[in-house]
Amino acid sequence: MNIHEYQGKDILRESGVNVPNGHVAYTVEEAVEAAKKLSSNVFVVKAQIHAGGRGKAGGVKIAKNLDDVRTYADELLGKNLVTHQTGPEGKEVKRLLIEEGCDIQNEYYVGLVLDRATSRVVMMGSEEGGTEIEEVAAETPEKIFKEVIDPVVGLSGYQARRLAFNINIPHELIGNAAKFMIGLYNVFVKKDCSIAEINPLVTTGDGQVMALDSKLNFDDNAMFRQKDVMALRDLEEEDEKEIEASKYDLSYVALDGNIGCMVNGAGLAMSTMDIIKHYGGEPANFLDVGGGATAEKVTEAFKIILSDSHVKGIFVNIFGGIMKCDVIAEGVVEATKQVGLEMPLVVRLEGTNVDLGKKILDESGLNITSAESMADGANKIVSAVK
Amino acid sequence: MSVYVNKDTKVIVQGITGGTAKFHTKQMLEYGTKIVGGVTPKKGGTEVEGVPVFNTVQDAVDETGANASVVYVPAPAAADAILEAVDAELDLVICITEHIPVMDMVKVKRAMEGKKTRLVGPNCPGVITADESKIGIMPGYIHKKGHIGVISRSGTLTYEAVHQLSEAGYGQTTAVGIGGDPVNGTDFIDALTAFNEDPETEAVVMIGEIGGTAEEDASEWIKANMSKPVVGFIGGATAPPGKRMGHAGAIISGGKGTAEEKIRIMNECGVKTADTPAEIGETMINVLKENGLQEKCKTH
Repeated sequence: MNIHEYQGKDILRESGVNVPNGHVAYTVEEAVEAAKKLSSNVFVVKAQIHAGGRGKAGGVKIAKNLDDVRTYADELLGKNLVTHQTGPEGKEVKRLLIEEGCDIQNEYYVGLVLDRATSRVVMMGSEEGGTEIEEVAAETPEKIFKEVIDPVVGLSGYQARRLAFNINIPHELIGNAAKFMIGLYNVFVKKDCSIAEINPLVTTGDGQVMALDSKLNFDDNAMFRQKDVMALRDLEEEDEKEIEASKYDLSYVALDGNIGCMVNGAGLAMSTMDIIKHYGGEPANFLDVGGGATAEKVTEAFKIILSDSHVKGIFVNIFGGIMKCDVIAEGVVEATKQVGLEMPLVVRLEGTNVDLGKKILDESGLNITSAESMADGANKIVSAVK
Repeated sequence: MSVYVNKDTKVIVQGITGGTAKFHTKQMLEYGTKIVGGVTPKKGGTEVEGVPVFNTVQDAVDETGANASVVYVPAPAAADAILEAVDAELDLVICITEHIPVMDMVKVKRAMEGKKTRLVGPNCPGVITADESKIGIMPGYIHKKGHIGVISRSGTLTYEAVHQLSEAGYGQTTAVGIGGDPVNGTDFIDALTAFNEDPETEAVVMIGEIGGTAEEDASEWIKANMSKPVVGFIGGATAPPGKRMGHAGAIISGGKGTAEEKIRIMNECGVKTADTPAEIGETMINVLKENGLQEKCKTH
């Protein structure tokens, strides 16, 4: 799950991690009021959308007075911001962060992610702040330093200092930088983050080390114990069909094609997309109904696929293990009864309770093409849609 | 012979009183798996499918002599269930549970350092040695006894591969589902090592997916150490970057973990890959022919 920059900074501030003072604003008036509350001569007006690259896209403005704040807020609110992460359609700006400007001396990068090779969290640092870390990794990998963190001990003082020295933070600020890093790691663990990225981390003229930007992503699997983080979810930033799917614990990702897929198991769901493409078709979505799906969940899954106007045909590919084929069959029949079906439907069933599942489909009287294998099914749906 | 489990493996089911666990306990018993007990706190003294239920793993082990467990405990308590099994010094813990928080698994891995217990999973279909023991949620009937080892990050893709092999007449020694999470117990290299040492296994199918570099690392290991042919498949060639494809571990991030890169390195290291999941069986059969193993591996 993603949150906005200002929400991430609120979390950091609460935990004693140094960030500039600032307030969120939904309207131009609120933006000006927010600026008035800050004790600063320079303000930063920052568009809040769930995507990186906002600065380059013109979503971050420096205001020298309250009139500037008003002008920029008016310009940004309601604007469609197109960054390299939003896609060509861009994202509408509905919230702004109004922040105190600061006297930046140097910019650095600090980030925390899970390192799959060691099964531990690593802190990465670089003196190339403000640049995408992937770019730094590709061009100057020697400028990225890592500290692998023992979950029992946490980020040790010596590790934080070593990283701070390695990325050339001035000696008089090493203590502040180490405090910042340890605080950031503690937030990462306490809030079940999946990514905590500070880019840039800055040193200022008055001797501070602070987060000029913040990107916090969270582990969806841990949200049951992070109610306050869940409350920060901004549904307007997410795909409608993905929101609907998440209500029913369905794993759904919208794609650009016209063949709707309903599959059980993530690996099979991905491979179903692959094989559709292999036979010359284009998948409209990734949809894993999971192991514990009920007929009701399958019905909802089917409805979500049908709500996508691009979909011209549907391929149901099931290899039942924990999932029983009869449950899938019941869901498919129920969904088509509820919402109707006026496009080709190819169903391939195999695994637990397969005979029962096939029987339910046969007796439903629905116009369903059955497939003997995954390849057969993919072939049939691709030709049916063409 | 086989890998990790056989007809003598004595299994307890953790979380046995839950709906999914009950269903699969019955299925495992019908397959012939030695399910000797179950564990659900405060349900000790009851029975599920004729299997005695205990309050703690230690009680179950003391009473039944179990040496393995399978975990169906819901995600919020699953990491704790694994730790309880490790504490009871079981040889093998297979965790089926999906959606365990990553930080829980980071702690579990740390706590398991230096312990004798092998963890398979989480978020996996389990381990099956055909005709001997099925521990997990896979459909038993597709598995036939034979000489091919199967390792996979995906449950349903494992079934797909096994089904194709069995239909073509090529049985398996053991199928190991290592799971789709970014932090797991047994990895590709662990399972490949076991199959390399298993005298019954003649060749191995390795099924990966996008995300991380486990397949790349395993390929380097195969090139340096593996004496048996390995055939591979990677799911997710059409997955968009930055999107989590169902499995917590299936995500292309920062340009890393693409199917293209994995397939390239697998091929470079001598692992033949199937172009589509429908051709995993066929690819294996061709490799068996090339290695003069076809006769030996054709089991039915």
